[in-house]
Amino acid sequence: MYTDKVMEHFTSPKNVGEIEDFDGEGRVGNPVCGDMMAMQIKVEDNVITDAKFRTFGCGAAIATSSIVTEMAKGKTLEEAEAISNKAVAEALGGLPTNKMHCSNLAADALHNAIADYRERTGGDDGGA
Amino acid sequence: MKRVYLDHSATTPVHPRVALAAMNFMMNEYGNASSVHTQGQRAGQAVEHAREQVAGMIGANPREIIFTSGATEADNLALRGIAEMHRERGDHIITTAVEHHAILHACDALEKDGFRITRLAVDGEGRVDPDDVAEAIEPGTILISVMLANNEVGTLQPVEEIVEIAREHDVWVHTDAVQVAGQLPVDVDALGVDLASFSAHKMYGPKGVGCLYIRRGTRIRAQMFGGHHERWLRAGTENVPGIVGFGEACALADEELAYRRSHLTALRDHLIEGLEARIPDVMLNGHRTERLPGNVNVCIPGVEGEAMLLHLDMKGISASSGSACTSGSLEASHVLLAMGIKHEIAHGSLRLTLGRENTREEIDYLLEILPPIVENLRAMSAWKPGEDTTFSSGGGN
Repeated sequence: MYTDKVMEHFTSPKNVGEIEDFDGEGRVGNPVCGDMMAMQIKVEDNVITDAKFRTFGCGAAIATSSIVTEMAKGKTLEEAEAISNKAVAEALGGLPTNKMHCSNLAADALHNAIADYRERTGGDDGGA
Repeated sequence: MKRVYLDHSATTPVHPRVALAAMNFMMNEYGNASSVHTQGQRAGQAVEHAREQVAGMIGANPREIIFTSGATEADNLALRGIAEMHRERGDHIITTAVEHHAILHACDALEKDGFRITRLAVDGEGRVDPDDVAEAIEPGTILISVMLANNEVGTLQPVEEIVEIAREHDVWVHTDAVQVAGQLPVDVDALGVDLASFSAHKMYGPKGVGCLYIRRGTRIRAQMFGGHHERWLRAGTENVPGIVGFGEACALADEELAYRRSHLTALRDHLIEGLEARIPDVMLNGHRTERLPGNVNVCIPGVEGEAMLLHLDMKGISASSGSACTSGSLEASHVLLAMGIKHEIAHGSLRLTLGRENTREEIDYLLEILPPIVENLRAMSAWKPGEDTTFSSGGGN
């Protein structure tokens, strides 16, 4: 049902945890669907230098969270904002159809974390 | 890797004696039970012998057994068969919120056809209150359908008491007895039900065969039209190998029932004790004692069911869950939600259903494997038991 890539990220997820002094945090999902993600980012000079997640959810929810943190690291905020849920699914070699809607929220969590960062910094490049 | 199968409520392994009996009627005795020749007669006799075996297990008369393709068909035949036959007498059916989808979706379809359906609530342990049944009965009520034991949480329902109430009002009672057969005695006269559904593959028989018990004198309308099979109530050439296997599985259940009951109960209680001792905050779902001998169902807050099942599967353990991802819908199990369990907790349910071949060593293996899986997933979770679960569904916060 899942690709090898999904199982790899599910069994050995990258970047699990929290960042001390994070610059932005995104929390998406809801208890009814059973997928909830919290993603934190560290930003320096408009570039995401670190990303960590904590996820309650199924195999797809955990795998998408893991891979999106890998995809985001080293990218500018604009590049990271362009990562779509579809791109996340493609990077995993695809997801089962029934998972595309409910469990594929990792890019949303990342976008929320970026929006949170922009809000905290008043919309400029972080006031570094 | 040796597999540990803990999903007997989904299906069971076919017992070798059952498989051999069925195979004989595929390879040697392949006649059509309706044919006049010797081979046909032998197939016909085998079907009637199996009917006696099935009837024997539940204390019925063989003439009260109608073979079907399984319990889903038996449930549909019971509900629609009564509803269509007795429509002029009434248009109201009572069931519960925790029935199998074979009942609930058949009721949804009847509702679209103009019948009125009452779906009774259950308590926190999944039991329906007979007083609620009494209150729901009205002059137009024709049928009450309440399962004998729940397939997810194993809770036994007070069907005998419900039958007493129904009799006062001349209402027919159907029960889905699928999960009970082969684990606990089922006596249709002691229960007093008018109709009951059974499935072979939940009791070491083959898939694709089951039956509906119909008490003598209860008239229902056929749902499948064709030949004269099954006393005109279920047309279609008899699934002779399946029926023979079902009969053998019933005979086997009769022989082993006392052993199965004590074996399963001992394993179940050992498993529940072990889970409660080793997993913090674990919650037992369903009634602690009024439950199927082979059923364990728990919620593990902070862990999602499918993730747990995938990790267990990699360790060779087959189990199931009521999470949205495993229920095939976008919501967690309707049974757990009806019991008042919160969504995020219901997504963390784990069902372990035991069978005759399971051993104490297998239970101990699960008890060794599961706690680190739970610890790992809880450490990764976006919320912990008792924490706030407010998350936005997108758009920034």
